[in-house]
Amino acid sequence: MIKSIKQTLGSLMLWELLKGMALTGRYFFAPKITVQYPEENTPQSNRFRGLHALRRYPNGEERCIACKLCEAVCPAMAITIESEQREDNTRRTTRYDIDLTKCIFCGMCEESCPVDSIVETRVFDYHGEQRGDLIYTKEMLLAVGDKHEKQIAADRAQDKQFR
Amino acid sequence: MEWLANLFGSYWPGVELTGWTLIKIVAIVAPLMGAIAYLTLAERKVIGYMQVRIGPNRVGYFGLLQPLADGVKLLFKEVILPTAANKGLFLLGPVLAIAPAFAAWAVVPFDMNMVLADIDAGLLYILAMTSVAVYGVIIAGWASNSKYAFLGAMRSAAQIVSYEIAMGFALVGVLMCANSLNLGKIVMGQSGGLLHWYFLPLFPLFIVYFISAVAETNRAPFDVAEGESEIVAGFHVEYSGMAFAVFFLAEYANMILVSILAALMFLGGWLSPVTFIPDSFLWLLAKVGFLLFLFLWFRATFPRYRYDQIMRLGWKVFIPITIVWIVFVGGMMQTPWAYLFH
Repeated sequence: MIKSIKQTLGSLMLWELLKGMALTGRYFFAPKITVQYPEENTPQSNRFRGLHALRRYPNGEERCIACKLCEAVCPAMAITIESEQREDNTRRTTRYDIDLTKCIFCGMCEESCPVDSIVETRVFDYHGEQRGDLIYTKEMLLAVGDKHEKQIAADRAQDKQFR
Repeated sequence: MEWLANLFGSYWPGVELTGWTLIKIVAIVAPLMGAIAYLTLAERKVIGYMQVRIGPNRVGYFGLLQPLADGVKLLFKEVILPTAANKGLFLLGPVLAIAPAFAAWAVVPFDMNMVLADIDAGLLYILAMTSVAVYGVIIAGWASNSKYAFLGAMRSAAQIVSYEIAMGFALVGVLMCANSLNLGKIVMGQSGGLLHWYFLPLFPLFIVYFISAVAETNRAPFDVAEGESEIVAGFHVEYSGMAFAVFFLAEYANMILVSILAALMFLGGWLSPVTFIPDSFLWLLAKVGFLLFLFLWFRATFPRYRYDQIMRLGWKVFIPITIVWIVFVGGMMQTPWAYLFH
């Protein structure tokens, strides 16, 4: 009886509502956590898995030896590889396509690669404007690798001690 | 001026009066439209800040051109008329929603002699005008010929009608104190500083009035007219483009209207809280601004009511409280303490 009277009076005084408003009122002045994206970025891990790249050796020779492990391991079957023997009797790819619309960015291609050729970079803000724009060919992947080689190498070096 | 007077001859006094009235109407409605536009921005900013976000800040410095961008976008969008809708009523709905929200401003005094129509039954006129707005909601929901719109219209109509009673009773207390229905006289009845404002003797009525005002304008936490999970957008599901925007303009116009009414009737309108600072229109602006901020604060804080709880609050809590307090005020006026209530 007394409890219910107390409860009725308490709700009439709007006490709990005022407490709620005090809370939101405090947050009104709190520092804002918004990251203003194109100008600011959230911190990224060196293990970030973004856009793929094919790397080269320092002498300019492409690393990929067309072993097709990545093609085999890819759970989304996003990688297509065709290869042939070159004049110097080494095996190289003639075609290395990654369909980024299929890719799930699991990183298993990178894990499986015996020569650290296929890697995933920190690039996440790429886009395509037409159907097919997101099917990356060997030339495009090599170009990505050439552009970001410094960052890729630094990230791999940082992660080396844990592998 | 002279040649205009000659042009109209004996009709000139009538023409002059109409012209001046039109100019005054524009002088009220144009700033009001601006206030509505920037209230939408203020809402997004305030709610953003309370949710530890920044809110719109891309269009113009501090997002100040955002309302313009929104307006232009909505103007260029197509107004889709559903095939099953009643065309005439469908287009009449938004008009009926927004027209009363603007028409009520005719009797609102902004300062001592700054009022378009200084009529004696101003309060009655405002109650009548705000009651018409519910027809806009019902007609819009009915003419859409969609079950969601219809259910939404029923809901918000029932809610608006219920809370209008509590709101009306709360205002009865004010006119008992002021002995007048004229808004200017009600404000002047509160002169003499903060302690003479009606929100002190009529505190329960002030609270009831303001909460009812939130419910009247279908604002959170009483925004059950919309409900994504049950009735989509309520009575305006079928509206698009500018017709849809008009409903929102009406909602914000109503928010400003009920805030200015609360400021006039309970918070002393343009009167200064202390006697040594002169009364000014700026005081009214500050009070309305604070009340509008409360609207946004509520929306950022409270979860929405369940529908039956809204009805319970309106009929079984607010109406009894107002009736009790009106009887109490009436009784006190027969005692030596009557001066406290004038």
